[in-house]
Amino acid sequence: MPEGMNPMDAMQGANSPTVTGNKGLQVEEPLIFEMDSPGKSAVDLPPAPETAGGDRLGGLKRKGRVGLPGLSEPEVVRHYTRLSQKNYGIDTGFFPLGSCTMKHNPRLNEKLARLSGFSDVHPFQPTKTVQGALELIDTLADWLKRMTGMPAVAMSPAAGAHGELAGMLAIRAALEARGDARSIVLVPESAHGTNPATAAAVGYKVRSIPANDAGRVDVDALKDALGPDVAAFMITNPNTCGLFERDMVEISAACHEAGALVYMDGANYNAIMGRVKIADLGVDAMHINLHKTFSTPHGGGGPGSGPTVLSDALAPFAPLPFVVKQDSGWHLVEHEADPACKGAGKTPFGRMKGYHGQFGVFVRALSYMMSMGGDGLRQASDDAVLNANYLMAKLSDVLTPSFEGPTMHEALFDDRFLKDTGVSTLDFSKALIDEGFHPMTMYFPLVVHGALLMEPTETESRQTLDVFITAVRALAEKARSGQAKEYFAAAPHLTPRRRLDETRAARKPVLRWTAPEATADA
Amino acid sequence: MTMWFTKDHEWVRVEDGNTATVGITHYAQEQLGDVVFVELPEVGRSLAKGEEAAVVESVKAASEVYSPVAGEVVAFNKDLPDAPGTVNTSPENEGWFYQLKLDGDPDTSDLMDQAAYDDYVASL
Repeated sequence: MPEGMNPMDAMQGANSPTVTGNKGLQVEEPLIFEMDSPGKSAVDLPPAPETAGGDRLGGLKRKGRVGLPGLSEPEVVRHYTRLSQKNYGIDTGFFPLGSCTMKHNPRLNEKLARLSGFSDVHPFQPTKTVQGALELIDTLADWLKRMTGMPAVAMSPAAGAHGELAGMLAIRAALEARGDARSIVLVPESAHGTNPATAAAVGYKVRSIPANDAGRVDVDALKDALGPDVAAFMITNPNTCGLFERDMVEISAACHEAGALVYMDGANYNAIMGRVKIADLGVDAMHINLHKTFSTPHGGGGPGSGPTVLSDALAPFAPLPFVVKQDSGWHLVEHEADPACKGAGKTPFGRMKGYHGQFGVFVRALSYMMSMGGDGLRQASDDAVLNANYLMAKLSDVLTPSFEGPTMHEALFDDRFLKDTGVSTLDFSKALIDEGFHPMTMYFPLVVHGALLMEPTETESRQTLDVFITAVRALAEKARSGQAKEYFAAAPHLTPRRRLDETRAARKPVLRWTAPEATADA
Repeated sequence: MTMWFTKDHEWVRVEDGNTATVGITHYAQEQLGDVVFVELPEVGRSLAKGEEAAVVESVKAASEVYSPVAGEVVAFNKDLPDAPGTVNTSPENEGWFYQLKLDGDPDTSDLMDQAAYDDYVASL
């Protein structure tokens, strides 16, 4: 190691103190394509049989290499095992990513989802051979309806924003059915970003409603904005600041009086399940993120599941397919022409996706609900809120909370505590990685400056939270000392890779590997 | 040539009474951080005052750019999509977004001049 060099820097790349560039048993992992050894294979395939008159491909036989890397089985196993060891998830440690609800996924859910009666069914099977699966969908729907007090639920939406889309399409269908198509959807500043995006995708113009100083919807501004052109109000509750919208009943009443419907984004339902009956709030539609609230693995793009509960006004327009109980057993209604559809007064607006919903997530969510029980679910919400408030209480004197507490399931801070330190929210978050924590959500929500949003969920013990609190407090004091600007700017120091160049990655992304020398046309 | 500013940190420069150039301010680019993507309005599009005209995306956030004045788009900055960093290095000159042909005198009643905008930024 060269004189005067930071030992951490010395461990990177060409300055590595080791011959191989590896650090202890942390191996520098090449791309699998870079490990290619042509001719090597983990499987033995027999040579293609010669047939009279040449091959049977009519001149379409491949002339060059496919370009797949050649590796032996142990090489493949080691490669992916090592990659998995570089991963960080809820199974490796505390994951306080705000708004994402990274709660523990009980192994019981996995065990049940792997029962062959659930895992080996196919959506094209005759329904009489999957009666149990259909009953499971109906049982889950029943739990969701009972918990929310809502009369109907669309089970097929495949994720949260997809559930929003289902709810907004139902709202549009209901308004058009009464001959009152409207053009505007109102969305408060404290809503999830997907809310205005959904409204726009359904064809509505979006108007923003400001927040008041308490981080909640400005009810007077909402009332002023309501009018004969307003189709719906989309509100996230609890909102992205982790606050419960206390005026919800008044808000819904004002919307209904103006002929508008109310969509409530239920992505944060994990803070209020068993405590708030959604129907009592006057809501017409709300999606529930099964993958967040009801503990199924998520992140990295899926799989999610976003069933949408609907009021009486919207229930007839719920999308296909849906499950009904008939004398002959469980029946899946897939077409409007089905007597259980038209004949039963239902006018679905269409279909949200192929097949019948995210069945694997349904199994896990129902497993969670039934193993927790009604009282257990209520306690999960209570504990999630308690944990968030514990963080808030223990950090409020060193960080700067954006709004007065108490909070719901997440604690929101802004970057005022970093003012004049030269340390940014990003730097602060990166330094937390060195301390062994996945950082909280940063720079979201946009309504506060340099946001740090922490959601501990009910999963975490007080011991875990205390270690996190100690680390955050120490870092905050270090940042405020004014002596550590360089330390933060260079964080993380101890990770396999240091600060990644996000700007370059966004401006000049390298999206696919290319061979150093061009392979023959495949 | 007069420059006006909005509360949302857009600037508009009225060149000769008939043409206006629009961009985002130095303060806006500073708040956004490194700009990585810019979406600009097409030539010929007619923009109302306050209408969403462009999108600017940074490593931190995506934001809409609202047209400070009404008019028809006559040009957009063709260099920006390939070099969005220009918004950071020269927000109020080379990093301009689009040009409008004005329909008469622009409505500047709710816009700020440089001094008023500087005071506004200082108050944030």
